[in-house]
Amino acid sequence: MTEVIKMERITKVYQMGEVKVHALRGVDLSVRKGEFVSIMGPSGSGKSTLMNLIGCLDTPTSGEYFLEGENVNTLSNKELADIRNKKIGFVFQNYNLLPRTTALENVELPLIYDRTGRIKNPRKAAKEALERVGLADRMHHVPNQLSGGEQQRVAIARAIVNNPAIILADEPTGNLDSVSSLDIMSVFQALNREGITIILVTHEKDIALYTKRIVRIRDGKIVKEINVNEPRDAIKDLEELKKGLALEEEIEMQEEELL
Amino acid sequence: MRFFSNLLKSSWRSIQRNKTRSLLTSLGIIIGVSAVIIMVAIGQGAQRSIEEQIASLGTNMIIVFPGVATTGSVRMGGGTYVRFTEDDVKKLKEEATLVNGISAIVRTSGQIIGGGSNWFTSVLGVSPDYIEIREWPVEEGEFFSERDVVSKAKVAVLGKTVADELFPDGNAVGERIRIRNLPFKVIGVLSEKGQDSRGFDQDDLVLVPYTTALYRLKGGRYIDTIILSAISQDQIDAAQEEIRAILRESHRLQDWQEDDFRIRTQTEIIERATETSKVLTLLLASIAAVSLIVGGIGIMNIMLVSVTERTREIGIRMSVGARSSDILIQFLSEAIVLSLIGGIIGILISFLAVFLMNRFTSLTPIINPGIVLISFLFAAAVGVFFGFYPARKAANLNPIEALRYE
Ligand SMILES: Nc1ncnc2c1ncn2[C@@H]1O[C@H](COP(=O)(O)OP(=O)(O)O)[C@@H](O)[C@H]1O
Ligand SMILES: [Mg+2]
Repeated sequence: MTEVIKMERITKVYQMGEVKVHALRGVDLSVRKGEFVSIMGPSGSGKSTLMNLIGCLDTPTSGEYFLEGENVNTLSNKELADIRNKKIGFVFQNYNLLPRTTALENVELPLIYDRTGRIKNPRKAAKEALERVGLADRMHHVPNQLSGGEQQRVAIARAIVNNPAIILADEPTGNLDSVSSLDIMSVFQALNREGITIILVTHEKDIALYTKRIVRIRDGKIVKEINVNEPRDAIKDLEELKKGLALEEEIEMQEEELL
Repeated sequence: MRFFSNLLKSSWRSIQRNKTRSLLTSLGIIIGVSAVIIMVAIGQGAQRSIEEQIASLGTNMIIVFPGVATTGSVRMGGGTYVRFTEDDVKKLKEEATLVNGISAIVRTSGQIIGGGSNWFTSVLGVSPDYIEIREWPVEEGEFFSERDVVSKAKVAVLGKTVADELFPDGNAVGERIRIRNLPFKVIGVLSEKGQDSRGFDQDDLVLVPYTTALYRLKGGRYIDTIILSAISQDQIDAAQEEIRAILRESHRLQDWQEDDFRIRTQTEIIERATETSKVLTLLLASIAAVSLIVGGIGIMNIMLVSVTERTREIGIRMSVGARSSDILIQFLSEAIVLSLIGGIIGILISFLAVFLMNRFTSLTPIINPGIVLISFLFAAAVGVFFGFYPARKAANLNPIEALRYE
């Protein structure tokens, strides 16, 4: 299988005045096409830094990084921007949608900056992306008319609209309740089944269990990689959870009636 | 093409998302553009009306004023004031070939009694050519003739205002009036001329033969000014030279002596009068232009605030693949669109203001299409100039920090 991402001895040092912060201390990471990887680790371990490097928002202090075989270390800011546009789809913890802008227009945003002309009809592509995340009926809503889970779906639609090589999601469920979290994971699983490569950062074990491989990181180094032999099915768990919640509610109501 | 229409669309959208702020941002430009256009319109309107009023003096007119004689080789302080005599007028009449008409002017004033009322006004002694030189026809009756001049006849032609004051029912012609207690016969009434450039009523006067004014009313020998009309517009300079030569000879001036009179032509008078209003127009326009620049600083200020407020948006755009140049162009085009909208609103406001002024005030502003275009382009330039710094600031943001911005 082809490697979408290949990182060798990646380091990242931030200069904070006199102090040097070693955010990454030699990371080797390969991700193949069609994988669904979660990155876990305590706060400050360098997860976001790694995601930013993978997503070409930043360049490493040292080490080699190949994205679909292309060495991106040597690229200019302009070329990095074009790579982000063509190959990367970001999903953030706080959704990062443009306020007062409809879901459809938010999803169209990456296509404004498409210089390759790959996508002939941006509006149609944006609608299709929204359909894929199950939000066709919310196209003309603006973010503050949408729930957190719905906003994150819009963000996912925006991430997939330009057919990227990889989706990078940094704690996408961090702001969501358990039902919405499972809902989002089910969207990711569906997209992954369609063949999209996904890397997801989380510090919740239950979330990581829906991915196919868990990479543990600590103090800027990868300490463990685990293959999840049988990832959980988010849709099934979601139904169970909803049933459970319904049951809980029923019990509560019965209690109230009795008292 | 799609690039530009997308750019315009997205600028328009983000301006719309913040209507109040956008309007406030444009306010400086709106005020600046409309002020420039209105000021220039007022100035040029004033200039035009001055020109029209001076033209109403009569075209091709040449005026000769008395001057100061030079005695010895120096001009004496307050030296002898040389005035014109009947001889001068006669000589000009006989010898000048490039003039059509010539009229002496003797100024005086007095109480006019007639038709049961009285009226104080200026009395002008003139020659029969006067009404041709000044292109000021008689409306009723007739003007006096050379014979009346020779005989110092006690005949008068009334200005419209005087005629209306003394004989409100009309029929002034043939009536008897008294000027400074001397009986005169009204033989004509002049047509209406209106106000002059300083707002004086030109119709408030009585014309009599200059000899009558000289010998019967004033008891002097001197003529105040002489007016002439050149045979054509392009002969004015030549006529001026001819008049000068004749008068120098008549005054027996030696070669080393300067003229003891001054000759002014219509064009010079127009130039002098419009000079002032041109300077005024320029002054007003430059004050207004300063407000355009202040408007530009306003745009810069608000764009800077907007860049800070939209830091997150900039980060989002960069994360989905916007280049720095895309961000630069976006903010720059927002600034330009804002100033152009301001410019258009400013133009509309100035058109409205000019319309209202023409309608409801005595001002007669004239819109200058060139100035409209220039101030519009200037507004665009202000947008580019003052939008550039904030736009560059936006473009140079680090995407990661921008995304993290709260
Ligand atoms: N822009 C920055 N400047 C300085 N230090 C930074 C910067 N970004 C991250 N760091 C530091 O690098 C380390 C890793 O941060 P980060 O990748 O955000 O951790 P995580 O996402 O795992 O919580 C932390 O110690 C953090 O303080
Ligand atoms: Mg993080």
